[in-house]
Amino acid sequence: MSKFILHRFLSLIPTLLGISILVFFMIHMIPGDPAEMMLGERASEQSLKELREDLGLDKPLYVQYGLFMARLFRGDLGRAYKTNEKITTEIAERFPATIELSIAAIIIATIFGMAAGIISATKQYSIFDYTSMVFSLIGVSMPIFWLGLVLMIIFSLNLGWLPLSGRLSYHINLETVTRIYLLDSILSQNWPAFKDALWHLIMPAFTLSTIPMAIIARITRSSMLEVLRQDYIRTAKAKGLGPVVVYLKHGLKNALIPVITVIGLQFGILMGGAILTETIFAWPGIGKWILDAVYARDFNAVQGGTMLVATTFVLINMLVDILYAWVNPRIKVS
Amino acid sequence: MKRRALWWAIGLLLILAGMATAADPKVGGTLVFGRGGDSAGLDPAFETDGNSFMICDNIFDQLVLYADESTELVPGLATSWDVAEDGLSYTFHLRKDVKFHDGTEMNADAVVFSIGRMMKEKNVKFAGEPPAFPEKQPPAEYWLSMEMDDTIESIEAVDSHTVVFKLKRREAPFLANMAMDFAAIVSPTAAVKYGEDFRSNPVGTGPFKFVKWVKDDRIILEANTEYWDGRPYLDQAIFRVIPDNSVRFLELKTGNISICQFPNPEDIELAKKDPNLKLVSQPGMNIGYVSFNHTKPLWQDKQIRKAIALAINKKAIVDNIYYGLGQVAKNTIPPTMWGYNDDIVDHPYDPEAAMALLKEADFAGKLEAAGQDKITLWSMPVPRPYNPNGMKVGEAIQADLKKVGIDVELVTFEWGTYLKKQRTQPPEMDLFQLGWTGDNGDPDNFLAVLLDGMADPNVRTQWKNEDYHNTILKAKQANSKDERIQLYRHAQQLIHDEVPLINVAHSLVVWPELKQVQNFKLHPTASVRLHKVWME
Repeated sequence: MSKFILHRFLSLIPTLLGISILVFFMIHMIPGDPAEMMLGERASEQSLKELREDLGLDKPLYVQYGLFMARLFRGDLGRAYKTNEKITTEIAERFPATIELSIAAIIIATIFGMAAGIISATKQYSIFDYTSMVFSLIGVSMPIFWLGLVLMIIFSLNLGWLPLSGRLSYHINLETVTRIYLLDSILSQNWPAFKDALWHLIMPAFTLSTIPMAIIARITRSSMLEVLRQDYIRTAKAKGLGPVVVYLKHGLKNALIPVITVIGLQFGILMGGAILTETIFAWPGIGKWILDAVYARDFNAVQGGTMLVATTFVLINMLVDILYAWVNPRIKVS
Repeated sequence: MKRRALWWAIGLLLILAGMATAADPKVGGTLVFGRGGDSAGLDPAFETDGNSFMICDNIFDQLVLYADESTELVPGLATSWDVAEDGLSYTFHLRKDVKFHDGTEMNADAVVFSIGRMMKEKNVKFAGEPPAFPEKQPPAEYWLSMEMDDTIESIEAVDSHTVVFKLKRREAPFLANMAMDFAAIVSPTAAVKYGEDFRSNPVGTGPFKFVKWVKDDRIILEANTEYWDGRPYLDQAIFRVIPDNSVRFLELKTGNISICQFPNPEDIELAKKDPNLKLVSQPGMNIGYVSFNHTKPLWQDKQIRKAIALAINKKAIVDNIYYGLGQVAKNTIPPTMWGYNDDIVDHPYDPEAAMALLKEADFAGKLEAAGQDKITLWSMPVPRPYNPNGMKVGEAIQADLKKVGIDVELVTFEWGTYLKKQRTQPPEMDLFQLGWTGDNGDPDNFLAVLLDGMADPNVRTQWKNEDYHNTILKAKQANSKDERIQLYRHAQQLIHDEVPLINVAHSLVVWPELKQVQNFKLHPTASVRLHKVWME
């Protein structure tokens, strides 16, 4: 097992190196000069030249890449052009918000998605099956933007149950350590803040969970159906085992592998920042930040942000692989 | 007898009405300002964007300040100032007993430090122990773009409360520049202590103190109860980032925020009907224009330029593309600015007159001689404060010009590329759209920056007119404001007659707010000042 983990870990290096090259040259290939974007209508030749020198954009591209990699190995991602703030600080200020939102969303998606999938599979072609599959189709195809606004109008504007946007009400004071507000409020035993943060989390997390929930439901259903057709299930039923044992112990455990893959992939995608959800719910996460950086051609921010997201994605996938090996001992290093 | 009773009743009613409208300001409460984006940083010397300045406006003061609702200059941290006869030296007398939020004293050395740190050659003299200028700092963009290094020769603290600025050249707009954000006076102690991190730990003398900043979420300020111009009525001001316009407006409707910046135009109609909301509006200090490639022979004939001006239906553009949130422009400077020439009668929308002029000037022949069968119109790919949709305005102009027999091809690029290519005045560009948002409320900041191509190769229009150039130069060096007004009126007349560009529109800023918000005024410079705002 440890050899397997080590092997997977080493294979990260070429992957990340490849990503760094791709990200660096792609952002530099899109037309647009960061200095022009920053100075706008009032730019003069002189100020542009000075700014480009200041940002190191006057050097050849390969030199810039070399400097970027040299800094990267020292754990330094440079400074954002717009704010002159260290990229690591910028990320540290925003990533926890994304982590909190993605974990909440993936939990909701997994619980409801798997439950719907299992029930649909065991009651194939029933009303429940049809309804949940139609809903999951709607779930994947519904525009997040629209769903978010509809939820806001119903639950905030009309019913007044949930706060509209943001992470915390302005009158709530919370000492932040991890910047994951639920965790921070537990650590400081600040229960009003915990409730407030949780209430703020519900709508965005649910909105963000719809797509992964639908995908998880569909995969769980088809994977379960396949397993349920196996001989050993028939044997288990013939042995007179109860449905819970048959479906969950013998069925689900064997159907889990593709489900875990999908959950892992979806979680990785969510951690990259949910641009739309973050935008409508004014959730100060990493997705909106990277998008703004792309628009402003803030090369350092784009490179730093994308490297972080890519690394997270790759790490989560590695964890999924390790989880496989644990769920299914037949998988070995090949 | 009856009549007297009636008069009494009317008198009483009037008094009651007066009492109801002129309610006394109430101290206390929190105002939450909803905006679309976060600040980049909070050190006014190095910021360039409105979202940063709107916070700085409440934390810092300048030597001179803009009046509440105009760009007239009023005393700020300087109670008075003297200008030397030759216009080359300005002496500022500072307000005494003003303290920075960190408790240190605001004095002449603080002024020398705050302004001096932006200078390329630090030709400065302190009255006391000189503080160390930060070694590493980002470029001071605004300082550079206002060409302050070419204006200021030296800064000297004569005594603890007197500062003398020596200038390299006569520059009448200098005083207006000193009211701009970049010229804010910062606490030298704090600036040295925090270094580059001063951008997230600002310390000034303003009506509010900085408390906390959660990036992309909120900035919290609290009242500076010792403010030299009286404590602000509010206890706390919070600036919340809510990127989506519709959501920001919903937050206002539910009362979670007090003022909603930049709503969608259709939400303004909803706000008018909502009994809990009211609107504040202010003509923006900006201009959206269409100009010509003055380097091409095709556009040298002013009859042709005038014909294009006659052919464009500006009112339709303002009504349909600005959604009425704008006003048709007849001058390049906005009507709220001093020196505005209201006597000018704009070129009317008159396609037939345009066609006649084009024929007279043999436009078709000149176009053919240039080897073209159509002209290009460059249009911005992004919304700007002065033009909500460059491409749609482009389409409208395209249709207008088609009516007078000119085929127009719309051209656009990604924004950075657009700005870069436009600067080179390439021959494939005939007309281009662009605009300007004013910085300091001085007409020079529009009329020189946009049109005096003889003075500076960076002027976007590259129009070169000797009379215009001399007028602008004279106005820069004039001693009295009246003289400057006369010169700027002449400059506007020249623009009208020569048509180097077509003034399309000034945008109008309309923000909805809760009825409880009292005395909030939008400023022409787009600054958001909460000092005298209170909550009912």
